[in-house]
Amino acid sequence: MSEPSALTTLAQGMLSAPPIDYAAVAPLLIVLGAACIAVLVEAFLPRHQRWPAQVALSIVALGGAGLALGLYAGSSAPEGVTTIADALAVDRPTLFLWGALLALGLAGLLLIADRSVEPGGAILASSATRAAVGGGGGSTELPEDRSYGAPGLAPTMQTEVFPFTLFALGGMMTFVAANDLLTMFVALEVLSLPLYLMCGLARRRRLLSQEAAVKYFLLGAFASAFFLYGLALIYGYAGSVRFTEIANAAVGSPASDALLLGGLALLVVGLMFKGSVGPFHTWTPDVYQGAPTPVTAFMAACTKVAAFGAILRVLQVAFGDMRWEWRGVLWAVAIASMAIGAVLGLTQTDIKRMIAYSSVAHAGFLLLGTMAITEAGVSSTLFYLLAYGFTTIAVFGVISLVRNADGEATHLSQWAGLAKRSPIVAGVMTFLLLALAGIPLTSGFTAKFAVFAAALGDGMAPLVVIALVASAVAAFFYIRVIVLMYFSEPAADGPTVTVPGAFTTAAITLGVIVTLLLGIAPTLALNWAAGGGFVG
Amino acid sequence: MTGGSVLLLILLVLPLVGALVVAPMTGNARGAKVTAMAFALASLVLTVITWLAYSPSAVENGSRFQLELSVPWIPAFGTSFALGVDGIALVMLALIAVLMPIVMGFSWNQEIPEGRTESGFFALLLATQGLLVGVFAATDVFLFYVFFEAMLIPMYFLIGRFGGPRRQYAAVKFFLYSLLGGLIMLASVIGLYVVSGTALGEATFSWVELQSIAATVPESTQIWLFLGFFVAFAIKAPLVPFHTWLPDAGAEAPIGAGVLLVGVLDKVGTFGFLRYCLPLFPLASQRLAPLVLTLAVIGVLYAALLAVVQTDLKRFVSYTSIAHFGFIALGIFAFSSQAFAGATLYMVNHGITTGMLFIVIGFLISRGGSRLIGDYGGVHKLAPLLAGTFLLAGLASLALPGTNSFVSEFLVLLGSFPREPVYTILATVGIIFAALYVLWVYQQTMQGPVRGAAVLGALERAGGPGTMIAPEAAAKKGAFPDLSGRELAVLTPLIVLIIALGFFPGPVLDVINPSVVATLNEVGLTDPVGGIQ
Repeated sequence: MSEPSALTTLAQGMLSAPPIDYAAVAPLLIVLGAACIAVLVEAFLPRHQRWPAQVALSIVALGGAGLALGLYAGSSAPEGVTTIADALAVDRPTLFLWGALLALGLAGLLLIADRSVEPGGAILASSATRAAVGGGGGSTELPEDRSYGAPGLAPTMQTEVFPFTLFALGGMMTFVAANDLLTMFVALEVLSLPLYLMCGLARRRRLLSQEAAVKYFLLGAFASAFFLYGLALIYGYAGSVRFTEIANAAVGSPASDALLLGGLALLVVGLMFKGSVGPFHTWTPDVYQGAPTPVTAFMAACTKVAAFGAILRVLQVAFGDMRWEWRGVLWAVAIASMAIGAVLGLTQTDIKRMIAYSSVAHAGFLLLGTMAITEAGVSSTLFYLLAYGFTTIAVFGVISLVRNADGEATHLSQWAGLAKRSPIVAGVMTFLLLALAGIPLTSGFTAKFAVFAAALGDGMAPLVVIALVASAVAAFFYIRVIVLMYFSEPAADGPTVTVPGAFTTAAITLGVIVTLLLGIAPTLALNWAAGGGFVG
Repeated sequence: MTGGSVLLLILLVLPLVGALVVAPMTGNARGAKVTAMAFALASLVLTVITWLAYSPSAVENGSRFQLELSVPWIPAFGTSFALGVDGIALVMLALIAVLMPIVMGFSWNQEIPEGRTESGFFALLLATQGLLVGVFAATDVFLFYVFFEAMLIPMYFLIGRFGGPRRQYAAVKFFLYSLLGGLIMLASVIGLYVVSGTALGEATFSWVELQSIAATVPESTQIWLFLGFFVAFAIKAPLVPFHTWLPDAGAEAPIGAGVLLVGVLDKVGTFGFLRYCLPLFPLASQRLAPLVLTLAVIGVLYAALLAVVQTDLKRFVSYTSIAHFGFIALGIFAFSSQAFAGATLYMVNHGITTGMLFIVIGFLISRGGSRLIGDYGGVHKLAPLLAGTFLLAGLASLALPGTNSFVSEFLVLLGSFPREPVYTILATVGIIFAALYVLWVYQQTMQGPVRGAAVLGALERAGGPGTMIAPEAAAKKGAFPDLSGRELAVLTPLIVLIIALGFFPGPVLDVINPSVVATLNEVGLTDPVGGIQ
């Protein structure tokens, strides 16, 4: 970047649009375009048509994006390209992460769209928004505003959640493909803002949901500030926000390393916050608990993928050569995350909070893979993200089914004796929990094995041993749920298991099948994950 | 792939298929049991075929494993779905196949906790069997690990769903101990994989290839990797500081599952020493042998003393088993072919004798309704056959000459003495304790006048409230009955095996011997004095 020439071209009015490799970014454009259309649908369609239109639009968009991705991946060069003036890098890890995000996004969307488990869906009904916000709508409300849906139909949901989801997904896809820090920051905001809103949309337990949204927003804003500050310091050091140029500068720049290291530290804090890595995880349990469960499912799976995709790219491309500088600190962070997740998970009594701490522990395991600056490090982390995402989505799908009169029964004591009431749901949950614990023949084991092998191969043997001990501790709380479901007697007024509608069934089935397949025949996915490195 | 190769695959898959077939038959308990028994008997037939297809003499010509099957599984990890047996694994497969129909026969009329189904119990038994076959037949370390962890799950449910009053505690303790050991082993499995990548150029999990580079790995690395495997196997076996889960699990498990747990599942630990620790880490095994031998001898003496003071019959059997596992570990870490052969035979014999002891005790408990030794007395007067079989199982357990255990215990001590005289002499003291605890329990429960809360309670129930019937009339009234035809049928194969293997251990030793000689060569040692012929 040479400013004078840029200024000259600007002055001469010759600034030309950068070339865009439309085929490469087609999946991203489809998702973001669909998000914009979804906003229009929200504005112009009558209320009772919105839900079907939004669902159809979202599914078609994700399907179309997946198709475009598949076509491009089949024909593209394995080393990858950069496009839009090098702002986006579309390489094999990007394509893998896009595929994972689209598939997980679809599963999450199906859960969000479901209206059978909770009548009308887990998402807030429209009129309640106004009541909750309290802004002068109440008295001036027109009669047609009050009825949501065709006469005689069950109440519908706030369909804005669909454009939110699509925007968040588009932001995540940009996030993992961003080739410079500024694009990454913009993507971070695009993915975060809709998520903050979605957290506050729960139909029941409104206060908990709103508290979660506020907490997530405030802490998220801090994290964004950290990221931005780090970006500024790094720009000051390297004179560029592009990853490759930061990497070059890190090797040969005469500037003070304090800028670089300080910048890196702040940047990584911002990213770890999104990935709910301990000790930057404090929002995770509250938000996982307060958000509507389908949104939690979407967020837990997709945000983790996006955040770790970005961490991977930043560490590998921009800071890979200086790994000896940061590795010590990240060791400490990884150990803290595994310890916090495993130990605090033991003390939880709410299943959503328990899974939240499990996600903190898993974030620690994932860090092991990202720290290994080797091909195996990249591919194992990618595989882990895919495996973990599908298991988590299915877990939350199952959680949304166990209900009593007050909505979901998330207190662990309410899960006692579930196997007697509903053996299939208990069986599915057991399988998923065993996958989270990393028992062989599930994706969790394959993924853990891949990550730990990569870490051991890059000289992190003590960390691997600590990770295995943490796995053993964490296994205890997964086992506890299984014990409750199978070995305890059900309470007299215990929850019932709702028979899920087609959407939720599809999402859970998808999650379970992928968890099983990646456990017994992971070769295909492992090969995809190892398809090629980052474009440098 | 050789012609017989699918045999092991069928042997592995058949019980698993059986589990899937039996599990849904919740409404038809009898059908489920008959189907499960059919699968178990089919497995037994297949095992006999496998035994006949195995050629012990071929081991000397360099084919370490036979009936091999290998299909690439996850090429990215260099792992294959590879099965194969040597003599050691084969006798273990035979032990499972023999015990399974007996366990099922025993469990035929058992009372199960309310709300559970018998189809579930039998399906879990079959699932355990299939996974155990996988553990013993795997010749790929990764595959072995997968089965090693997966077999926990059906056993966990067997204990936790069908066990005694404290079953939840016992099941969780069992699972966590095993899982912790497994995860520590996983660190070593991954480490071994990385080491093989440096040594061979391409990382692999193939046991044969890993064994071929074993001697080149530096001793310090070997020690770390050895310890990972050792801890997992020592928990599983269990050796003394790692043993506390077994008395709980053994006491709370339903008897049928207990037979499998102590008889076969725990043998995975000692089998693992012999198959994985010794050949893959020869230098570390020799360096750390004094440590293991110390633990083994402590186990023999300490567990025997604890067995003497137990008040609960099932915990008593668990502690006698821990003492026996000490003998097996002694034989394995004494590094001679006789001791190896003795230890391997001991694994089989212990499965038979402890299985019988467990089952007889199960018959006793089903009559008296109590697990406490003090609740029984003079049973011999009421049920002489029951008392007699108990005595036979007990004598086999204390290795009386003429029973199967004598051969193996003698071989272990004989083979261990030249290299490790001190440990061997100390372990010999354990034999005296064994006589003490077995005969004492026999005397307390079976001999003397009819007494004890459980026995008297049974008599009172038969006589009506307040009127206890005379012991002499008990047989007529059906109070505290002697062994029934079904119960005798369950015990007969075990009795036959105890006597037959006591007098003619040759056929089994012929299968074992070439493989243990091969194991000794892999460790890089020769027999201290003339080995087995």
